[in-house]
Amino acid sequence: MTKLLETIALHNLEVAPSQVWGSIRLVPLVSKGYREDLRLAKRSYNSRVVVSTDDNTLYHSYVPHGLVLNWSDDGEPVASLGGQLGDKSDQFGGVKVMRRMAQRENKGGNKNSLRFLPLEMAMEGFMGMFFKGPTIAWQEYSRRSRSTGLSPRTEYSITGRSISDLSEALRVFEIHENQVGVLLFVGEMLATAFILPHPKDYRDLHEMLLTDAYGETFYYYGLYGQAQELRCAIKDQSIHNLADLRSALTKMRQEWSDVQSMMSEDLLQRPIQSQQIYQAGVFSLQRFITDLDRTHTNYIGESIIDDHGNLQYLKIYGLSAVQTRRAYLLQTLDRHNWQLEKAAASLNETLASLVKRMEKADLGYLINNQVREQAEKALRKY
Amino acid sequence: MKLIEQVEREDLVMFINACLSCTGQGEFYDEYSYSYGQKISLDFLHDYILGNYRQLYTLTLAAGINHFNQAQIILKLLATGKSASPNKQSIENQLITVTLDRLPPQRAWGLLLQLRKKSINNRRARSIAQAYINSRGDKLAFQAVKYRSKLRAIASHFHLKLEPELSNFLFGHWEKSFDTEIFEKFRQAFYSASAIYALPFTVAEGLAVKHQIPRKVFLEKIQGQMTTGEKLRLQGSAHKAEMELSIDPQRLPLTKLALYLLSLDLKQRQEQRLELADWLAKSAATILKNTPLQLGKVAAVLDRSYSSSGSREKRRRPLGIALAVDCLLQQVSREYQAFWTVPLADPLLATPRGQTDLANPILDALDWQPELIVVISDGWENDPPGAVAELLRVYYKKIDLQRQVSIVHCNPVFNANDYELKQISPLVPTIGIREAEDLPTVLAFMRFANGQGSLNELETYLLQRAQDILAKS
Repeated sequence: MTKLLETIALHNLEVAPSQVWGSIRLVPLVSKGYREDLRLAKRSYNSRVVVSTDDNTLYHSYVPHGLVLNWSDDGEPVASLGGQLGDKSDQFGGVKVMRRMAQRENKGGNKNSLRFLPLEMAMEGFMGMFFKGPTIAWQEYSRRSRSTGLSPRTEYSITGRSISDLSEALRVFEIHENQVGVLLFVGEMLATAFILPHPKDYRDLHEMLLTDAYGETFYYYGLYGQAQELRCAIKDQSIHNLADLRSALTKMRQEWSDVQSMMSEDLLQRPIQSQQIYQAGVFSLQRFITDLDRTHTNYIGESIIDDHGNLQYLKIYGLSAVQTRRAYLLQTLDRHNWQLEKAAASLNETLASLVKRMEKADLGYLINNQVREQAEKALRKY
Repeated sequence: MKLIEQVEREDLVMFINACLSCTGQGEFYDEYSYSYGQKISLDFLHDYILGNYRQLYTLTLAAGINHFNQAQIILKLLATGKSASPNKQSIENQLITVTLDRLPPQRAWGLLLQLRKKSINNRRARSIAQAYINSRGDKLAFQAVKYRSKLRAIASHFHLKLEPELSNFLFGHWEKSFDTEIFEKFRQAFYSASAIYALPFTVAEGLAVKHQIPRKVFLEKIQGQMTTGEKLRLQGSAHKAEMELSIDPQRLPLTKLALYLLSLDLKQRQEQRLELADWLAKSAATILKNTPLQLGKVAAVLDRSYSSSGSREKRRRPLGIALAVDCLLQQVSREYQAFWTVPLADPLLATPRGQTDLANPILDALDWQPELIVVISDGWENDPPGAVAELLRVYYKKIDLQRQVSIVHCNPVFNANDYELKQISPLVPTIGIREAEDLPTVLAFMRFANGQGSLNELETYLLQRAQDILAKS
C-alpha cells in the first residue's frame, strides 16, 4: 500500500528564476533527475462529458482534454504513444459518456495505460464532499436536500484563455532544459502548479495551461493584478575576484529559489487530505484538498507519487473565496451532524445569521423555506 | 545647457539605435508578433527627431543605418522641405541623392512610389526623382521592365520627361517593334507564351498567369532567370508544384546565408557541416575585403535562447545574426572564443532553445580575460533577471577598476513599447544590429552609445561620415 501524500514538497526539483509577462509569473521547475518508465500524453476532447463515477453519481462537465498515463512495471523506458490512439468513449447526443474518472485501457498492445481527466478528478472529489447531505432528517432542511442530498451540486470555472496575458505569457516563455513543471502566478497569487514526469512531456503539454480550468477569482487577478519586478543584489564588500563573483551568482540563484518557494507557501507548507484513486504499478494516482483555512487560498488537485514518495505528476486548482466558504460551511455542518443550531454556535453566530451566510454561499437551497423566512425576519429586526 | 545637450544626445543615440535594428517588422516579444506596434513606434520616433533636430536627422543617413530607415528618412525629409533652413538644404539634397543612389533598386523605386501615395509633389522631390532616373544609365531599360508599373506611376505623378522610346514603352500603344532589346523582349513576351523566359523572373511570373502556363512548367523553364534570393523565397512554392529549385546559397551575403543554414534541419547540417562552415567563412571574408577590421583578443557571448527564434516576419533572425557575428569575429580577431547561453559544441548546430542565462557565459568570458566582449542578445534576460547588471556593477567597481575589458551589447531586437533597445546593464553600451555586416559600424558607434562621447563629438562623427560618403560618390 502506497502512502498517501501529506504535504506537497518539491524534492528533486530545482525552482528556477521566474519569467514575467504582464500579470503572469511563470516559475520553471527543473528536474534534477527524471525517470523514463512513466510518461503522460494529452488527449483532446473539447466536448461536454458525462462521467458515471464509482458510487453511481453522474458528473457533467465541459472537458477540454484528458491525460493518458503510460508506465512500465519493470522500470524499462516507455515511449509516450500520444494520447489520440484508442479513444473508445461513447457519444450520446454530442455528449461523451465515460465510465470512471480514471479508466485503464488496452492501447496499441500496451496494457499499462490509464486514461484520466485532469482537474475534473479533483473537482469531482471536491464536489463529492458531504454530497449525501444531512445524515439525520432535521426539519430545518428542505425536503429536496433530505431526499437527494446536495444534488445537483454545481461549480463554475473559467478557462485559461479568459485570464488576460496568459496566452502571451505562455507563448514567450522560454522552457528550460530538463524542465518538468511550472508554478503559475496570476497577480502574484498561485493559480496552478503543473508537474509532469518527463521533460519531453512538459514541452508537449506546456500550452495545456491555456485550456485548463481556473477558479473565477483569477480572472480578476489577471485583469487588475500586476507581477512585481524582483531583483536580487550582490553585496560588494565580499567580492575580490571572479571566483567570489561566481559564488555570489550561485547565491543569487538560491535567493530566487527561496523567495519563490515562499510565495507558494499556500500550497507547499499546507497539510493536505489525500485520497487514492488508482494504483498503476508502483505509481499511485491520488487527489487532495488543502485544509480549507479561510485566511489562505485553498487548493484541490491531483498527484502521482512513485514508490519513493517522489512527486511525478501534480496539477492543482485554486479555489475561489466563495468555493472555499461553501466547503467550509459544509464541513462545519458535517462536523455537527448537520444540526444547524450547534453549527451556528460553534461559529459564534445565531441560527438566522448562519442561514443567511449559507444563502450567500449559494447553499440556500438546502434549507427549508420556512426557516429561511424566519431568518430573514429575525435579521430585519436589527 | 548641459542638460539640454545630454537630452539631445540621448535622443539621437536612441534614434540611431532604432534605425540600426528596426525595420517595422514584428518581433518575438511583440503582442501576438504583429508589426503594427513596431511601425507606429518607429514612425513616431522619426517624426520626433525630424521635428526637433532636423540637421542631425539628415546626417543620420550617413550613420550606416538600415535601408528601411534610410528610405523612411528621405521620405520624411522630402515631405517637409519647407522647414529646412536654406543654408542646410544643399547638404540635405546631396545626402538624399547619394543615399537614394546607393539603395537597392526595389527600395529606391518603392520610395519614389511612396511619394506619390503620400501626395508629395514639390520641386525638390521632382528634381530628385528626375535625377534618379537620369542617373540609372544603362540599367534604366532593364529596371523599366522590372519595375514597370512603379516607373509609370512615378513618371506620371511627377510629370517627368522621359526618352521617346521609354515613354512609348510605358505609355504607348506599341505599334511597331522597339530598338531597345529588353523592351522588344517584353513586347514579344506580352503576345507569345514562349518568349517570356527571356525576361526577369518577377516580370515573367505575371505574364505566365496571363498566358495560363502551369506553375510547374513555368518554374522549371524560368530557373535560369531567377536570382538566388528569388529561388530561396520560392522554395515553398516549388515544393507545392513538386519540383526542386537548385540554389546556390554560397553567394548569399553573410547574415542571409546564416539564416538559410539555420533553416536546414539538424541532420542535414550535421552531414554537410564542413561544406557549410566553408561557405560561411568565405562569405565573411567577402565582407572584410570591403571593410577591413582588426581586433585583438575577443570573446563573444551569444544568445540562443528560445526568443532568438524571432517572429513570423523575422524567423530566427536574432540567432542568425549571432551565428554570422560568430563567424565574422573568428576571422577578424587575433584570439577568439564564443560563449553560448546554452553551451554548444558546433555553432552550425545552433537551435533557438532554452532560457536566457547571460550572467554565466559573461562570467566565463571574463575568466578568459579578453580585451573586448561582444554580447549578442535581445536583452530579455531571465535566469535570473537583472543578474548581468548586478554582476557588471560589482565587477567594474571591485575587480576591473581601469575598465581593461570593454563590453558591447549588440541588440538585434527593437523594443517598440519604449522606443529603445533593451539593455542588459547601464554600464555597457547597447547598439542595434540588423546584419552581421554592420559590425564595423556598430563598433565605431560604440563610444556614443555608452554616453561617453559628447554631443559635439557625435555631430562631428556623423558629419565626417557624411562627408566621406559624399566624397566617395
